[in-house]
Amino acid sequence: MLLRQHVYLIAVSTGIALAVGLPLGVLVTRRPAWRRPVLGLANVFQTVPSLALFGLLIPVFGIGAWTAITALVVYALLPIVRNTYAGITGVDPAVRDAGRGMGMTDTELLRMVELPLAAGVILAGVRVAVVVSVGVATIAAAIGAGGLGVYIFRGVATVDNTLILAGAVPAALLALLADGLLGLAERKLVWRPR
Amino acid sequence: MTAVLAAHDLRYGDRVAGVSFTIGAGETLVLLGRSGSGKTTTLKLINRLLEPTGGQVVVAGERTATIDPTRLRRRIGYVIQEVGLFPHFTVAANVGLVPRLEHWGAERIAVRVRELLTLVGLEPDRFAERYPHQLSGGQRQRVGVARALAADPPLLLLDEPFGALDPITRVEMQREFRGLQARLGKAMAFVTHDVREGLLLATRIGLLEAGRLAFLGTPDEFRASDLPEVRKFLEAA
Repeated sequence: MLLRQHVYLIAVSTGIALAVGLPLGVLVTRRPAWRRPVLGLANVFQTVPSLALFGLLIPVFGIGAWTAITALVVYALLPIVRNTYAGITGVDPAVRDAGRGMGMTDTELLRMVELPLAAGVILAGVRVAVVVSVGVATIAAAIGAGGLGVYIFRGVATVDNTLILAGAVPAALLALLADGLLGLAERKLVWRPR
Repeated sequence: MTAVLAAHDLRYGDRVAGVSFTIGAGETLVLLGRSGSGKTTTLKLINRLLEPTGGQVVVAGERTATIDPTRLRRRIGYVIQEVGLFPHFTVAANVGLVPRLEHWGAERIAVRVRELLTLVGLEPDRFAERYPHQLSGGQRQRVGVARALAADPPLLLLDEPFGALDPITRVEMQREFRGLQARLGKAMAFVTHDVREGLLLATRIGLLEAGRLAFLGTPDEFRASDLPEVRKFLEAA
């Protein structure tokens, strides 16, 4: 039950972070002037301690899952935006020039060339985001969002190591599993020279 | 004969300072010059990868400024030194790109791709399904030329297409290119800094110096010219 809550928090927050972060990363490659403010802001979010961020969001979203999800999205945004930007700007300029020169529209260039070639770097960012989220999500229990953190907080309060491990071990395994699955997806989906 | 390409007083800041020329069907204008003389910039002003700050370009009777840049570029073949093949596309997908953007049927694209690969001397059955990194430099450059020809554009822009090749492959490609010129009857603008290559491939040579055409004429006129800019180039060869 708590494991399912945990997975739910991560799945929803990663989904939202992707839906926001991917377009934002692309936008930043199109509007170089926005790069510093957008990446800077994402960086700043990243530096806010997670417990403090959860606390700061309570007045806005109240207690419960949505506050936790918002905080997780904020954390996941940086690696996704940054890697999308880095992946696309890392595409060989000659390839981009050739594409434009042959009459690809910006959308065609993005869809057919830039995103496929950047997919490896972008997925690496998603992996980082997911693994971090699994850890951060344990703290969500402190604001009543449930998840594996419930065991951990209960264990800390009652000085019961078994209870702490009942939360910590599945969380660690979950992080490894997610990382492994995304690694598999990367090998399947991402083009690389064979 | 009407010109396929006409440039009138083309300008781009101080990098291209008033360049005029015309190219007819079957003609190859070689733009010769040192690095930074404005050769590549001039090409990019033709397909509007750069917007001219003055003057005008007319392609097949239409002013380029009035054509949507995307549509314009699909009617002009473009080959660059680094080739710029899409590494994640097979040779066939690279060559068939512009037809695909133009929504040709799959059947028609496949036929066209085979025809083009044969034209540039690559056996379709051996090469169509390979990826660019599985090809030699010369083979990649052939694919680049085939790709530029895919939609049968009347005009080709070539920016040092053989610049990155070893000397032997380079001579081989130049020889084949002469064959293509004769067979295709396209108008071509060919940028190079290699005088020998220029003299070999040109119908006319334009010598660019600091964004201006210091000389424009046939290879024979070029050899006979006593302009100091021309002499300097000939002596270096």
